[in-house]
Amino acid sequence: MSFILTAVIMFIFWILLSGEFNIVLILSCIISSLFVSYISHDLLIGKTDIKLGLIRTLRFIKYIPWLMWQIVLSNIDLVKRTLHPRMPISPTIFSFRNELRTEMGMVALANSITLTPGTITIDVNKDEFIIHAVATELAEGLMEGEMQRRIKAIEGEAGV
Amino acid sequence: MDIIRTIISGILIATGCFLIVIAAIGVVRFPDFYTRMHPAGKGDTLGQGLVLTGLMVYEGFDLISVKLLIIIIFIFIANPTATHALAKAAYVAGVKPWVKDEGDGK
Amino acid sequence: MFNIAATVIVLAAALVIYRAIKGPRIYDRVLAVNVIGTKTVVLLALIGYIYERPHFLDIALVYAIINFIATIAFLKYRQTGGLD
Repeated sequence: MSFILTAVIMFIFWILLSGEFNIVLILSCIISSLFVSYISHDLLIGKTDIKLGLIRTLRFIKYIPWLMWQIVLSNIDLVKRTLHPRMPISPTIFSFRNELRTEMGMVALANSITLTPGTITIDVNKDEFIIHAVATELAEGLMEGEMQRRIKAIEGEAGV
Repeated sequence: MDIIRTIISGILIATGCFLIVIAAIGVVRFPDFYTRMHPAGKGDTLGQGLVLTGLMVYEGFDLISVKLLIIIIFIFIANPTATHALAKAAYVAGVKPWVKDEGDGK
Repeated sequence: MFNIAATVIVLAAALVIYRAIKGPRIYDRVLAVNVIGTKTVVLLALIGYIYERPHFLDIALVYAIINFIATIAFLKYRQTGGLD
């Protein structure tokens, strides 16, 4: 199942990138997408239940607008701090508990933390996230854990 | 209609260029490695995203703008990941973070 | 419009080269090179529009991937001393 799905995705991707249709191109497209998905069909889809994966993808799309707004806020904050003549920064390193179970969720949360105001992820393991914050007050904002709640909502119920 | 589209894309490209310049200034100006990663991870990502979105608006909807969208999505995933990998490598190697009022922390 | 944007981005990259030369650590240099690489992606896309040759976008896409993989590969080499 994951083999067919990967092959279809590769096929669509090829069409999008080339944008030309003739018999040689389409034939080499089919051959190469079948070959690539034969080698690596367990990388893209993995062992996740496909229906659950689809539901999570839809939930993630709903999460994107909020994330975009946070990215804009973080860039305004960054511009202020960079151009301020005295540089109002007080860097700290702190950690908080990791309550997520899926690897995809951890990746999403780590990337979201890096993109949102004043914080970047340094390390992730099974128990905790280690975060570097450019100012102490921003670290407290993250500790309230709204982002983790949202990612947990995307993960939803059981299943890996 | 065309003029409006050109103006919108001009605004987007100008904002993106501004953010890219800010990121460059930040990389030069911040005091230590960890703080330098903040502009590299955030300012650059959104700056590029805005410039490429500007090109997308200028182009209208066709295969080229889909290509641009693919580049934008890839950058939004890859750039924070590269930043994170750098931060982790430095953290494991034992680079000390700069702390206010306590030496220069090189 | 595209000419001005491309010039501004080149100037920003020139600013970052200062950090790549000065260091002081190897991680600062890798960071600077990564930042320059991501600016190059935008620059390639803009050049495609300046010369009206949309094929530059393919180069930009490939360059984005190479830039990411180069950073990851270098850091892995640095951490473990090998690429296995």
